[in-house]
Amino acid sequence: MENDLLTVQNVSISFTQYVQGLQQHILKVISDLSLSVKEGEVVAILGSSGSGKSLLAHAILGILPENGQCDGTISFKGEVLTQEKKEELRGEHICLIPQSVNFLDPLMKVREQAIGDVKDEEKEKALKHQKEIFEKYGLAEEVGDMYPFELSGGMARKVLLSTALLSDPELVVADEPTPGLDQASVNETINDIKRLAQEGKGVLLITHEIDVALKTADRIAIFYSGYVIEINKAENFNDVNKLLHPYTKSLIEALPRNGFKLTSGVQPLEEVDGCPYFENCPIRSDICQNNKPDLIDHNGIMIRCHNFDKEVN
Amino acid sequence: MVIIINSQKLAKFLGYKAVRLFILLVAVAAVSFIMVEISPINPVKSYAAEMGASAQQIAALSAYWQVDVPLGEKVVSWLADLLQLNLGISLIYRIPVVNVIIQKFTASLVLMITSWIISGVVGFGLGIIAGGTRGSWIDKAIKTYCYILQCAPSFWIGLIIMLIFSVYLGWFPVGLAVPVGTMASDVTFWDWLIRLILPAFTLSIVGIASIALYTRDRLVNILNSDYFIFARARGENHWSIIIRHGIRNVLLPAITLQFMSFSELFGGAVLVEQIFSYPGIGQATVAAGLRSDVPLLLGIVLISTIFVFCGNTIADILYKYVDPRMKGDENE
Amino acid sequence: MSSLSKLNPLNSMNLRQKTILLIGLIVLLLVLVYASSLSIDPANILTDFTLRNQPPSFEHLFGTDWLGRDMLTRTIKGLGLSIFIGAVASILSSILAIIMAFISSVNKYGDVLIAWLIDFFASIPHLLLLIMISICLGKGAMGVIIGVACTHWTSLARVLRVEIKEIQTSEYVQLSEKFGKNKFWIAKEHILILVITQVIVGTLLIFPHAIMHEASITFLGFGLSPHEPAIGIILSESMSYLTTGAWWLAVFPGVMLLIIVLLFDILGEEVEKLLDPTKAQK
Repeated sequence: MENDLLTVQNVSISFTQYVQGLQQHILKVISDLSLSVKEGEVVAILGSSGSGKSLLAHAILGILPENGQCDGTISFKGEVLTQEKKEELRGEHICLIPQSVNFLDPLMKVREQAIGDVKDEEKEKALKHQKEIFEKYGLAEEVGDMYPFELSGGMARKVLLSTALLSDPELVVADEPTPGLDQASVNETINDIKRLAQEGKGVLLITHEIDVALKTADRIAIFYSGYVIEINKAENFNDVNKLLHPYTKSLIEALPRNGFKLTSGVQPLEEVDGCPYFENCPIRSDICQNNKPDLIDHNGIMIRCHNFDKEVN
Repeated sequence: MVIIINSQKLAKFLGYKAVRLFILLVAVAAVSFIMVEISPINPVKSYAAEMGASAQQIAALSAYWQVDVPLGEKVVSWLADLLQLNLGISLIYRIPVVNVIIQKFTASLVLMITSWIISGVVGFGLGIIAGGTRGSWIDKAIKTYCYILQCAPSFWIGLIIMLIFSVYLGWFPVGLAVPVGTMASDVTFWDWLIRLILPAFTLSIVGIASIALYTRDRLVNILNSDYFIFARARGENHWSIIIRHGIRNVLLPAITLQFMSFSELFGGAVLVEQIFSYPGIGQATVAAGLRSDVPLLLGIVLISTIFVFCGNTIADILYKYVDPRMKGDENE
Repeated sequence: MSSLSKLNPLNSMNLRQKTILLIGLIVLLLVLVYASSLSIDPANILTDFTLRNQPPSFEHLFGTDWLGRDMLTRTIKGLGLSIFIGAVASILSSILAIIMAFISSVNKYGDVLIAWLIDFFASIPHLLLLIMISICLGKGAMGVIIGVACTHWTSLARVLRVEIKEIQTSEYVQLSEKFGKNKFWIAKEHILILVITQVIVGTLLIFPHAIMHEASITFLGFGLSPHEPAIGIILSESMSYLTTGAWWLAVFPGVMLLIIVLLFDILGEEVEKLLDPTKAQK
């Protein structure tokens, strides 16, 4: 715990929306999420696309939209993050690698965006630094003069990565860094992320691609229907018997067939009383229907299940 | 912002627009001619009344207006005259319509462009401030101001401004006693400038509302955009993002909108010129309408159509050719 | 707005109720103004030369004009007329828009024709077109109403055209077509219901423009005749008396007109919010 860079405790995120006739509707996206990231560690959150896990990244950086509500505590190096603290740290100590090229201003050249808003006297230094970082991640110099729409998928990915790393952060939050990339670019991204960890940075990787999580992460948190149901070491995913949650097991067992992608979006969205996996669970019992299991520590593995196999470790 | 214009494509586009304008003008000319023809206005009678013409002159006029000729033929011959830029003689000003329009339209253009620029700049600024302070009392104040302005008839705002600045403060003369028939050349430059201030002020105030509200909405949308979120995540502060990214992304659409507002601008000018007796095309429009100066009225319809068309075409060009992203679209 | 939205279900009820309450209040107010204007018989607006050009007082809240007529009564009568003309013109304009949108949905040629017509009407300044139509129809209420209707149908027609296109390509309509239902059945069963929201909101949003344009061209002398108790007439008369300091002749009728226009504008937007919740998120 003492060398935890990032600690997320019981975080829930919900949205207020208006539907037909101006009825207000509250949409819960993330429920009771807890996890931690140490220095030099890559932790992946693995969940189906469109399930709202990106919002955790936004919550950590304090950039949730105004109708979003975040409960629970997020701490950085043991210090609880308030909105003011987040604003102070973001961009400097905590950086976001966003999902897509849409996160770049379409009308501004890449270089200008990467260095951000700097004073004139510091601009030269910033440009030099930007050149170095771009070079480090294999971007040609002229890429800086391009507009975002001119970048190829792989180039855009690197631009986003190097833009985030310009300030040499301690914690990197990478939000879906691989979709739509060819295999070579995916591998490069995986290596880039691993390199960050080797440099001592903590990385929170948010993804829906199982193989990316497996190849990159030290620990993997399984995100199901707004809940983290299991956080296990990446190497344990090679052996189904070392996995605790029935959903995780079925996921891994089904791997060759579904092409290492987690795309099933059919997970209960409305709030249920019991376990979110109740409907599909092969080992459910009466208690699961009306009692929500807590996320508990079992020999270093975090698990949210009433009936998991207590013998495994 | 880098402006990338593909000149070949632009030339093709402008050629296409020119053809469109020609077709449009023919249609507008024909339709407006027919509208006046079927109206209760009798151009010969109004000519006679205005000029006290003799029986001989009336006969000549009847021949000019082809009283006994069927409508279809009249339209064709009017269009043929039009192609030679022969718009007839204005009965109020007693000189060729083309000359009246050139003089009056120049005066109005000064008025319209002045207020167009002022309202554009002020409106854009207010919109950025309102959007940037979204939800605060400043935003609410600007929004309320714009809503009220949008709902106030522009001629009434003109009246109130005249009431304040001319009647109470006495800074400007009330409705200078120059009859409608006087040509702009008879008025000294100073007189003219004095007369320009209040109409331009009124027209600016009226024009601010729509551009400010549009800019605000656009900026608020950008505040929720992904790139704004990422800029925040990189630690840039709120106003710095608005200046660096917000203005950059709102400016072009806002200018485009401003160019598309020529129609309202012209309408506003008609009302405002009437109130402040500004000797421009608007005043001429009202005079021509009320005193049945058919040739002048038809000429004004055509020139205003060209004016509005120019605004819309410039807006089109801005939209299609100035955005750097369009360079990418050519490959598609 | 959304910063208010705490996780309290009561708040949600409030926004809905607030909106409905506001709509109710505005409608009530407008009906009240219209009803009281109906109850005024123009013959009863007394001319009293001993009371010429009186500034506002308790007896004459809005002052009196150069014939000693009570301006409050004249203003309300004028507002009633504005509401009436606005209503007729915007309904007419919506009907026009619906017809045009349907023509454009029939086939490609219809669509081209309507697109061209929309362009045509948008290419002449509204005010000038209004003046032309009004002259063409010999001025008066008829000219104004037709003029306003003819110049304001384009925006709604544009919206409807897009909406209908979207619906036409949507799955369930194509499915109905496969089941052999004819076009009119589809139009009736699917399209009409979905466009009705747009029509209601569109009509309400045309209202403020209709009222303002009527006042404007009446003010210029192309609209209602000087014998009608219209706001445009009142304001254009007031111009001759402003120099003598009779400010109340212009200020009060104008403010009242502004309020009526504003009420219609708010009404339109609130109804839109109620029917189309995405507008409320902002």
